[in-house]
Amino acid sequence: MLSAPTEAPPLLDIRDLRVELTTARGRWPVLEGIDLRVEPGETVGIVGESGCGKSVLSLSLLGLLPPAMRISEGEIRYEAGRLPREGEEAFRRIRGREIAMIFQDPMSSLNPALTIGEQATEMTRLHLKLTKREAREHAVSLFRKVGLPRPEALLKEYPHQLSGGMLQRVMIAIALSCAPKLLIADEPTTALDVTIQAQILELLKTIREEDGTAILLVSHDLGVIADMCDRIAVMYAGQVVEVGTAEELFDSPRHPYTQGLLQAVPTPAKKREKLLSIPGTVPALHERGAGCRFHSRCAYATERCLLSAPPVVRVSGAGGGAGAGTGAGALAATGAHAVRCWLAAEEGGLPHAAG
Amino acid sequence: MNLAYAARRFVTLLLTVFFVILVTFFAFRIIPGNPALAILGTEATPEQIQELEAKLGTDLPLGEQFLHWIGGAAAFDFGDSLRYSEPVLDLIGARLPVTFSLALLALAITVLVAVPLGIAAARRRGKALDLIISAVTQIGLAIPSFWSGIVLVLVFGVMLKWFSVSHYVPWSENAWLSLRSLLLPAVALSIPQIAIVVRYLRTTMLEQLHLEYVRTARSKGLRPSTVYYKHVLKNALIPVVTVVGMNFGEILAGSLVIEQVFTLPGLGRLLITAIGNRDYPLVQGLVLLVASIVIFVNFVVDLSYAWLNPKIRLR
Amino acid sequence: MNSGKKITLWIGLTLVALLFVLMAVSLFYVPYGANEMNIAGRLQAPGAAHWLGTDNFGRDILSRIMEGTQTAFSVGFFSVCIGLAGGFLLGAAAGYLGRWADELLMRAVDALMAFPGILLALILVTIFKPSLGQTIIAIGILFIPSFARVIRGGFLQTKEADFVKAARGMGAGHAALIFRHIVPHILSSVIVTASLCFSAAILVEAALSYLGLGVQPPDPSWGRMLNESQAYMSKAPWYALAPGLFITLTVLGFNLLGDGIRDLRDRRA
Repeated sequence: MLSAPTEAPPLLDIRDLRVELTTARGRWPVLEGIDLRVEPGETVGIVGESGCGKSVLSLSLLGLLPPAMRISEGEIRYEAGRLPREGEEAFRRIRGREIAMIFQDPMSSLNPALTIGEQATEMTRLHLKLTKREAREHAVSLFRKVGLPRPEALLKEYPHQLSGGMLQRVMIAIALSCAPKLLIADEPTTALDVTIQAQILELLKTIREEDGTAILLVSHDLGVIADMCDRIAVMYAGQVVEVGTAEELFDSPRHPYTQGLLQAVPTPAKKREKLLSIPGTVPALHERGAGCRFHSRCAYATERCLLSAPPVVRVSGAGGGAGAGTGAGALAATGAHAVRCWLAAEEGGLPHAAG
Repeated sequence: MNLAYAARRFVTLLLTVFFVILVTFFAFRIIPGNPALAILGTEATPEQIQELEAKLGTDLPLGEQFLHWIGGAAAFDFGDSLRYSEPVLDLIGARLPVTFSLALLALAITVLVAVPLGIAAARRRGKALDLIISAVTQIGLAIPSFWSGIVLVLVFGVMLKWFSVSHYVPWSENAWLSLRSLLLPAVALSIPQIAIVVRYLRTTMLEQLHLEYVRTARSKGLRPSTVYYKHVLKNALIPVVTVVGMNFGEILAGSLVIEQVFTLPGLGRLLITAIGNRDYPLVQGLVLLVASIVIFVNFVVDLSYAWLNPKIRLR
Repeated sequence: MNSGKKITLWIGLTLVALLFVLMAVSLFYVPYGANEMNIAGRLQAPGAAHWLGTDNFGRDILSRIMEGTQTAFSVGFFSVCIGLAGGFLLGAAAGYLGRWADELLMRAVDALMAFPGILLALILVTIFKPSLGQTIIAIGILFIPSFARVIRGGFLQTKEADFVKAARGMGAGHAALIFRHIVPHILSSVIVTASLCFSAAILVEAALSYLGLGVQPPDPSWGRMLNESQAYMSKAPWYALAPGLFITLTVLGFNLLGDGIRDLRDRRA
């Protein structure tokens, strides 16, 4: 490991993770060579278009992958302990208690046939061994904390009686109820109205500041990520293509894909300009060739990009200068700005304002 | 629950019952030839026939007969049985508890056996247990319940001598012996019902397992059994309740036949004897009553479906 | 999963085909006359001479079972024909005419369906004298609502389909529209219903005959045999087994066939 060793082990350390999908026509890698770290209390964003594997990554952390998918290589370490690759029982001890998760659509993520109270108390009763009454009181105080009105009455209601924004607050309250060290938020605002989105993001910020909960925020919306995150990992077609601090990625994006994403973000300054979107779509599982997966959509692509996979290059950050570190681990290193691109490997830099 | 929905459903109930009254009336008026003659046979004297016609009311004009029948049915007065010379209602009342407890016991067995089996099949979908359950339920659907009744008698009554067959004991006398006397027929009755419910529950469970709330429940670290029995089952059971309720009619009808196998003194034996005796008022009354019970149960099931499903409840 | 579903169809087809062959053979040959009595050899256990034993009159059970296939198949076939014909008239009228005709006919169908099947059949056989013909008619009437629903549903779906509209636009007449365009479309659902009704017919016939209200002697019937066997249960338990087994196999065969065809259709869709 090239990075300077930190005092405490990272909260979450994903190393060279590979997830495969088994179909009738064979096995396909959905995620490949994923390296990512989350420090205690840190907020890390994962961004990319849909189909890049962001959700698969977040589900793999808790062993919630669909039956056809499995972790085939690599490992996930939580507080220096190795998480199992599969097995429901092994994951149960950390789910909810150590790592909690909230999902995209709060309407369908809650059980329609059980009351809010039932769903908000079952986790604390199981993990923290609270009595029914204690669990209810705990739930009420959490409902207050996340800004839900009339918390006592809510316990007796059913999910369909609440709005989407309220339900997402309920989901967050439930997720926080065992005081987890890491909260995985998978597109937590995508299904909500714009005004509600902002409120939910504010709530997540408050939680991070008050409780020191680390957050892994998954979103296709770079605006949401920029607003929230200390560090950002950009994913494309099952790989992390660039990782760095929010400033590094916004001020000096190195990967053409990151640049493309940035140009597609609507900002007040760009109000009158036409927003640029990246032409083409994310290649499907069977369309991923041997070379760079972005080459078909990249303005700078050369023959080499088509033929061989680009190396991971560290362009700045702790442990060395531009181009110093390559290979596995470089993307994971905390505080490093690293990129998976031939251009960066050659020149050590890219024109900042592409197009 | 929405009152308008209940009211609408109630109107449908009344309409269906009216239709049944219509059918039971006209069915026994289109009997070829003179019903009195059909009952008494060709050797009857004209006086005898006249007397019976007066008793049956068939000497009146058709419209008047129909009004009589509706009026009677509304007051639960179905006339007197020709054979027993007793009010039809009394005869039915004496035998209803037998058939009813048989049907209820069969229903209880169905639910107790089918729910765990359906869940087990859904949890192990595609595995050996699922395939075995699927094969066994196909066979269960194909076995006529009166034959499985005969086989049960053969095995447990004749060969093993565990149960004394053909000796009915009412609940009021001895609950334990009563249960013993009803157990075999109830098991025979429940076999096809179990098959239906298992298959249905398996399907609804599998539909539920794809839904996102299941993933949420798992992400909370709940035990798999909690996820299945609490989260999924509560949702999967809502449609299953309807199937079970709707099949109550089938169970009741099946018990009419199964009583014959076990010589239980219930509605079925009364009906078959009445048909044999051409005791038309009794047959008419029995059919109307059984059909009405079935229709009423379906009505209650419909309402309970609305009550069970929190989404419908408030609409 | 795919192969598992195909297996359903194949087992169903095999069972039905075997029973059909058995019925065909019984038309020309049975080991003994089905009504050939032999009081001396009554209630014999299964053996070389009588594979399934003999009944209380010394009649060969296998021969009676074989002749029983004729009854079962004719009850199944003709009652399904009656149900299909009646259901087609009702369902087509409701689906094609729509509006109040649809509403009225479907209410009637709902009411008819609220009757437990066997109860309706019992009323019908009470009115007429029990016999093979009456049994077929009673069971056939029972199936009219099921067919009417399927056919109505098919009509409603295809009536609005583009190809039907196009045909209508080109001036196709009502009869031509129904038979050339709509009927082929709903055929698969009708075949599935027919197969499942076939097995239901065999179950109801067996129940009615068991109660003594269906097929009458000397016509051979599996249900009737079960009825007769009950008196000799302790002396001749095999007597009760063979007819029930054949009822179960026939019903199983047609159920699997129906399910198999439905899976095949659903996969294509």
